[in-house]
Amino acid sequence: MNQPLLVTASQKAGPRLSLAIGAVVVLLLLALPLLSLLPADHALQVSAYTLTLVGKILCYAIVALALDLVWGYAGLLSLGHGLFFALGGYAMGMYLMRQAAGDGLPGFMTFLSWTELPWYWAGTQHFAWALCLVVLAPGLLALVFGFFAFRSRIKGVYFSIMTQALTFAGMLLFFRNETGFGGNNGFTSFRTILGFDIAAQGTRAVLFLLTVGLLLASLYLCWRLTQSKFGRLLTAVRDAENRLMFCGYDPRGFKLLVWVLSAVLCGLAGALYVPQVGIINPSEMSPTNSIEAAVWVALGGRGTLIGPLLGAGLVNGMKSWFTVAFPEFWLFFLGALFILVTLYLPKGVVGLLKKRSQP
Amino acid sequence: MLRLLLTLLLLLPLATQASEGEFFLTAKPAEQARLLEGWAAQPDAARLPLLENLRQGRIAEGDTRKVRLNNRLRSLIDNALASHQLLSDNTDTRLAAAQQLQKSAQPAQMAFLDRRFASEPDAAVHAALGLALANLQLGASEPAVRLAAVRLLGETGDPVARTRLEALLQPGVESDAAVRTAAETSLAQVKRKLMVGELLGQAFSGLSLGSILLLAALGLAITFGLLGVINMAHGEMLMLGAYSTYMVQVLLQRYAPGAIEFYPLIALPVAFAVSAGVGMALERTVIRHLYGRPLETLLATWGISLILIQAIRLLFGAQNVEVSNPAWLSGGIQLLPNLVLPYNRLVIIGFALAVVLLTWLLLNRTRLGLNVRAVTQNRNMAACCGVSTGRVDMLAFGLGSGIAGLGGVALSQVGNVGPDLGQSYIIDSFLVVVLGGVGQLAGSLWAAFGLGIANKLLEPQIGAVLGKILILALIILFIQKRPQGLFALKGRVID
Repeated sequence: MNQPLLVTASQKAGPRLSLAIGAVVVLLLLALPLLSLLPADHALQVSAYTLTLVGKILCYAIVALALDLVWGYAGLLSLGHGLFFALGGYAMGMYLMRQAAGDGLPGFMTFLSWTELPWYWAGTQHFAWALCLVVLAPGLLALVFGFFAFRSRIKGVYFSIMTQALTFAGMLLFFRNETGFGGNNGFTSFRTILGFDIAAQGTRAVLFLLTVGLLLASLYLCWRLTQSKFGRLLTAVRDAENRLMFCGYDPRGFKLLVWVLSAVLCGLAGALYVPQVGIINPSEMSPTNSIEAAVWVALGGRGTLIGPLLGAGLVNGMKSWFTVAFPEFWLFFLGALFILVTLYLPKGVVGLLKKRSQP
Repeated sequence: MLRLLLTLLLLLPLATQASEGEFFLTAKPAEQARLLEGWAAQPDAARLPLLENLRQGRIAEGDTRKVRLNNRLRSLIDNALASHQLLSDNTDTRLAAAQQLQKSAQPAQMAFLDRRFASEPDAAVHAALGLALANLQLGASEPAVRLAAVRLLGETGDPVARTRLEALLQPGVESDAAVRTAAETSLAQVKRKLMVGELLGQAFSGLSLGSILLLAALGLAITFGLLGVINMAHGEMLMLGAYSTYMVQVLLQRYAPGAIEFYPLIALPVAFAVSAGVGMALERTVIRHLYGRPLETLLATWGISLILIQAIRLLFGAQNVEVSNPAWLSGGIQLLPNLVLPYNRLVIIGFALAVVLLTWLLLNRTRLGLNVRAVTQNRNMAACCGVSTGRVDMLAFGLGSGIAGLGGVALSQVGNVGPDLGQSYIIDSFLVVVLGGVGQLAGSLWAAFGLGIANKLLEPQIGAVLGKILILALIILFIQKRPQGLFALKGRVID
């Protein structure tokens, strides 16, 4: 019943309409960075602030998609995806810090009067190794954690709690100055990326385009995955894991694969987030952030591919408006959103739209 | 004649006291210092009132003439007073005096201290005097006296003795080889004693943390076992309990200052009622509609917790509010020189155990408990037998939240009370529930104390953060062995 939205929506609303809407959105997103390159007094010029904001939301949308892959399809609610996101961000941040520091040590290390780089910083001055780290750090952590968690068949709320404790532990670890990641302040004041000025409009536009590209690529990947036999198996894991085992499948491998894939997607999103926003600190790992990602997915509609993107856009759009207009009431609103969505919109906005389109 | 003599003899001390006071008042500062040193070396019980008055800056009660004192004279007066107080019959006074003398004793007092040390009946005062004496003797010129002092220091388990011995072992301080060796053995001895105290202290703070975790996790274990939902707003029930305590304290201060000493006791039923009421209201309005969808309940309760935190923040401000210990909860028992057990923590450990006992009685000896257990084991069958499951759900949820409210009262006595109070305990109490197994009081008990003690024992070795991470890793590994927690119900239920 929870078929991917692309299929059902195209059946209901006709393939042309949904394709047309999708194409318009993609074109708009592609046009945004080009418009930002216009001179400042031009009527259609898009400010750097807007571009950064939309780029940030697109990164969050990738996280939402990754979370939906494990929650909506495989039934594993992770409350620790912020950790993978931040790990990817930190891996990219290490490269950016080395770029900013030149041959010397990054600023926070000289402040702690360290004389040499810790071993895990080795090679981070090379962009290629940093990219490897972006994939490896969240991927390996997810692999180890997932291996043990799925081996002992931790699932449901137990799994959620363990992931939450994991990201909490990560946050505590990165808050320490001795860990070697800038402690409380994290990484900031980046200068260049691959020799290009990070604040320049051209660099920003390219980073934005890369984010759109990653989003489309992961959307395509998830679509192919969920359409395949693998996707059917994931849904089976979600709905009746024991029956799947009685049928002769071993669900551990499937779960582990989708879990690691989701973590890596988060890491990539984090790596694109950091150069655009210009800061990464341990509060990205706080359990609050990770659980907020769950409400993006829930609001948009889990078990669909468009839903999480819609949810991430809606919640973050509202957040940036609310925190300026009524800063005291944002938490009330967010809390109410959590409650109302779970009570009245179990299938999210997408489910609502689907119901509307049915007679 | 004889009677006259006796009267004179009785009056003599008074007379000497009065004249000593007059003399002191008129003497020059250097003279006054010499006088005080003399008095300190040869105390006389009759001189005690004079010294006490001198500390107040006068020579007798009601005497308006001011005694001019400088800091040196003040410390000399303190020292002489301590010397005189050693003659007191009160053990506490003697102990305080001996501790004062450890810091301020002068070589001239050595003979007097030696006499008191030999005749002191109380063990604690004896030890304190020994330390004071040894401190003095370390400065003596004869190696034999220093040797005795070093040995004496080795027998105490006081942190002061360690610093003294370490200072003595600095190169170039002590010339005599025998004294040096003796100092080394004594130092090792003192360190061993101190370590025992430290370990006991860590175990005690572990027990204390465990009792708080227990109060936080007990209600969680009940609701999770019964409803299969994790209540993310459970930490906020702790916070509501703590804020109820604060409100009770403020209201009592304003309307019934006489009863302020017992405000934590009055706060207990209030906090229970507030938290239980909020909990039951939440169960009826939100959670009831989400049974069978545990992951979504988790999200909804998280939303509730956000709203509660923000509401408290708007009502009371984002800063911590001040909740003070009443007099009977401050202070502590000094077991070893470096081990103090604070009363508030002792009371909380006892309180937590009492709450567990009451909960056990409630679950195992009452009709409500019977119903709760029936619904936990098999909801449909219980409903068939006429148990009103909806009502049981509501009451059990109220019970769980109310216990958290009681935990909040306890927390307010040892920690800060602020809007984020619950957040810092919620993850730990989840871990307790995961480790202890669902709906098991014994499991929660062992898991809470185990986690608390493990946390506090690991903290000084590898730091608080790494300790937490290590414990998380251990829990993950532990769950490999026993996926359903320490004390799982045995059953064949499978979905």
